[in-house]
Amino acid sequence: MSLHHPRAGLPDEAPPASVNASTARMSDKSVLAGSSALIVGVGGLGCPAALALAAEGVGRVGLADHDAVTLDNLARQILHRTEDIGRLKVDSGADSIFRLSSEVAVDKIPQRLTRENAARIIAPYDVIVDGSDNLAAKLALNDACAAAGKPWVMGGVLRFFGQILTILPGRSACLRCLVGEEGAGARGLDCGDAGVFGAVAGFVGMAQAADALRVLRGLPPAWSNRLMTADLWKNTVGSVRVAQDPDCPACALAGSGQTKIPARRGALV
Amino acid sequence: MAVTVRIPTPLQEFTQQQDAVEIAGADVKEVLANLDGRFAGIGQRLYDEEGKLRRFVNIYVNQEDIRFLQGEGTAVSDGDEVSIVPAIAGGL
Ligand SMILES: [Zn+2]
Repeated sequence: MSLHHPRAGLPDEAPPASVNASTARMSDKSVLAGSSALIVGVGGLGCPAALALAAEGVGRVGLADHDAVTLDNLARQILHRTEDIGRLKVDSGADSIFRLSSEVAVDKIPQRLTRENAARIIAPYDVIVDGSDNLAAKLALNDACAAAGKPWVMGGVLRFFGQILTILPGRSACLRCLVGEEGAGARGLDCGDAGVFGAVAGFVGMAQAADALRVLRGLPPAWSNRLMTADLWKNTVGSVRVAQDPDCPACALAGSGQTKIPARRGALV
Repeated sequence: MAVTVRIPTPLQEFTQQQDAVEIAGADVKEVLANLDGRFAGIGQRLYDEEGKLRRFVNIYVNQEDIRFLQGEGTAVSDGDEVSIVPAIAGGL
């Protein structure tokens, strides 16, 4: 199934006929039941995103995470419970999704996404939701999605602050357009430095799922070529325009099937 | 000549938690230098050891990325808004 072609038969931009959840699910069922989404990182962003996608009726949800549940995860990683401490997040997450809906097929991928395995992990899915916690993983995902032509929804959270950018490879600005070449100085601001407010993770993860659902329905994403910025302390949401970098190597390779990204000219760091 | 500089949450520790500050300057480079002059330490987060703007720090003048304007040489005038938007990588 190709996501480069909007699915036929869907009213453009039309919301579900009713706010009633079961009615909304019915109206989208045929489209979403045949679709699949991969969650990279079953943590603060991935848990709410997986829940929203499964609840909405996405037929197949992949969970990729190598880690086990710890006590401090529970505040924001809402698929996991106290009794899950020590279990793999993919096992705990799959159980939670199954309790929500037995109609969703869940793939458990107990691996850390790397530059080496990214292409293989993302291959079966229509859309990828990023819940990874570091820039290296996000860039690996960016480059693999560019090469495979897979749309993906990047998310980042730090303290009270969150960001979303949805990338349609070759057609909208990618993460590399935004941050450039990976390097010592381009580490980004990892959440490990400062912690994360649980509500911002829930907010961003859910909004990522909403944009992934737009992609699966063949609608234009809300956050392509536009970086959403949220501040849940002040409780404000804004955005800035992100343009495709004409020199971006990932965009240049989008859809070409190549996975090697050449060094950026005049790399910054 | 003063512009409003929007400070992202991760850098507000340098600005006494202010999310916007008024800074003088004729272009982006001067504004950021004056910003660092007033709030010591913030420049280190924006620039690398060689004095180049860190690639993951994006600077916008009135919502337009300076990479698509004249870079740090982009002129600013009274009332303009300069936004600092770092990419954040957390997801944990
Ligand atoms: Zn790009």
